[in-house]
Amino acid sequence: VEYDMSTRAVFAALGARLTEIPQWVCCGASSAHAADPELALALPAVNLALAQETGRGDLLAPCAACFNRSRAADHALRHDPDRRRAIEERVGFRYTGEVRVRSPLEAVTADIGLEGVRAAVRLPLAGLRVVTYYGCLLVRPRRVTQVDDPEHPVEMQRILEALGAEVRPWSHGVDCCGGSSSVPRPDVARRLVGVLATAAREAGAQAMVTACPLCQVNLEMRQVGDRPLPAFYFTELMGLALGLPESRGWWSRHLVAPSPLLASLGLRP
Amino acid sequence: VEAGDFARRVDELSRQPTRRCFHCHKCTAGCPVATEMAHGPDRLLQLIHLGQEDLVLGSDDIWLCLACETCGTRCPNDIHLAPVMDALRRLSLARSTPPAQPRLALFHHLFLDIVRTRGRMHEAGLMAAYKLRSGDLLGDAAAGTRLFLKGKIPLRAGVARPGEMLRRVFATPTAERRQR
Repeated sequence: VEYDMSTRAVFAALGARLTEIPQWVCCGASSAHAADPELALALPAVNLALAQETGRGDLLAPCAACFNRSRAADHALRHDPDRRRAIEERVGFRYTGEVRVRSPLEAVTADIGLEGVRAAVRLPLAGLRVVTYYGCLLVRPRRVTQVDDPEHPVEMQRILEALGAEVRPWSHGVDCCGGSSSVPRPDVARRLVGVLATAAREAGAQAMVTACPLCQVNLEMRQVGDRPLPAFYFTELMGLALGLPESRGWWSRHLVAPSPLLASLGLRP
Repeated sequence: VEAGDFARRVDELSRQPTRRCFHCHKCTAGCPVATEMAHGPDRLLQLIHLGQEDLVLGSDDIWLCLACETCGTRCPNDIHLAPVMDALRRLSLARSTPPAQPRLALFHHLFLDIVRTRGRMHEAGLMAAYKLRSGDLLGDAAAGTRLFLKGKIPLRAGVARPGEMLRRVFATPTAERRQR
């Protein structure tokens, strides 16, 4: 919810026009590929087909699972002629390859550019100490995500530093939080999130920052103990630093309230 | 069944060259759920190569895998175990015995059912169906309530109508339904 709101607000503020794909479908996330790998490519291919029809260049996929599955479909369509024929047949469309699947991290760092972000900052996030948390789907497998370094991605760190926040070094940024099994196996998710929260605190962070809605909700929901760390979407912190007044409406949607932390640092748009 | 036959089937279904494995153990060392697993990814591969079909397909491990792709990213032989686990899940569902972790299997099954009928996710519907079918009515209720109160589980969710395309995508029999 707050990821959707903050992404739309920030991209609008930075002058990028977003249009929602009419009649988009669910990508099947972590459930489709186990049941049927072809279905797991065909579902996101429906969205690629719909995006192609709109005639606009890029498909922005803010959800990390949607990004991963859409890129996996695009990768198969682009590089594997047999699978391409099978997917085209199943969906009923012709793949042209003109739609680029982008994550918001790529769109901000590569398409908009950090200079543009830096110039738009109205409220530098001075004093805010965070760790960046990517999780799995934005990073792996690398042939799909095309990240520079799957063990140590840096896009989010560059953005947050441009906003004036202090990014603390830690070694858990690409560890799995267990989000895909958080419903059927909450015990597993609690253990994995516990490891992450402890490590984040040891690194001196006051909050974790993510670009994945499964991670964000899992990180906040599965922390135990009386002083849990909030997990921000990086787009929320961008909106705050850009001084967007709508950011005030985002914090109350968190399971771990970030407002006490922001108030203690005097960070109010 | 000849040992090696099972391994060949797994390789074919998963499109992964599992027989390249020289057991460096990197996969198990980095696996976030190795502690919950009975065998762990590396030994699971060994069991596959030894033709231990019942042990492999009946194990919790194939359901516990989070598909985080850490093992595949680090494998020196470029074997991706996430699709191998997916293939093992399909083989396990095709058998007459129920899966070792029925709740994990049920969750994924219900998730796809909702996508098939609505085109999009309906979290409240998924949770209700999962709670009823798994019999785990009260487990984790506090977390669900918190999500609901924060507006993260809307009762009324969108329905997509890409009509023809969605119908076609699901009309091709999925591996899962072929086996039922």
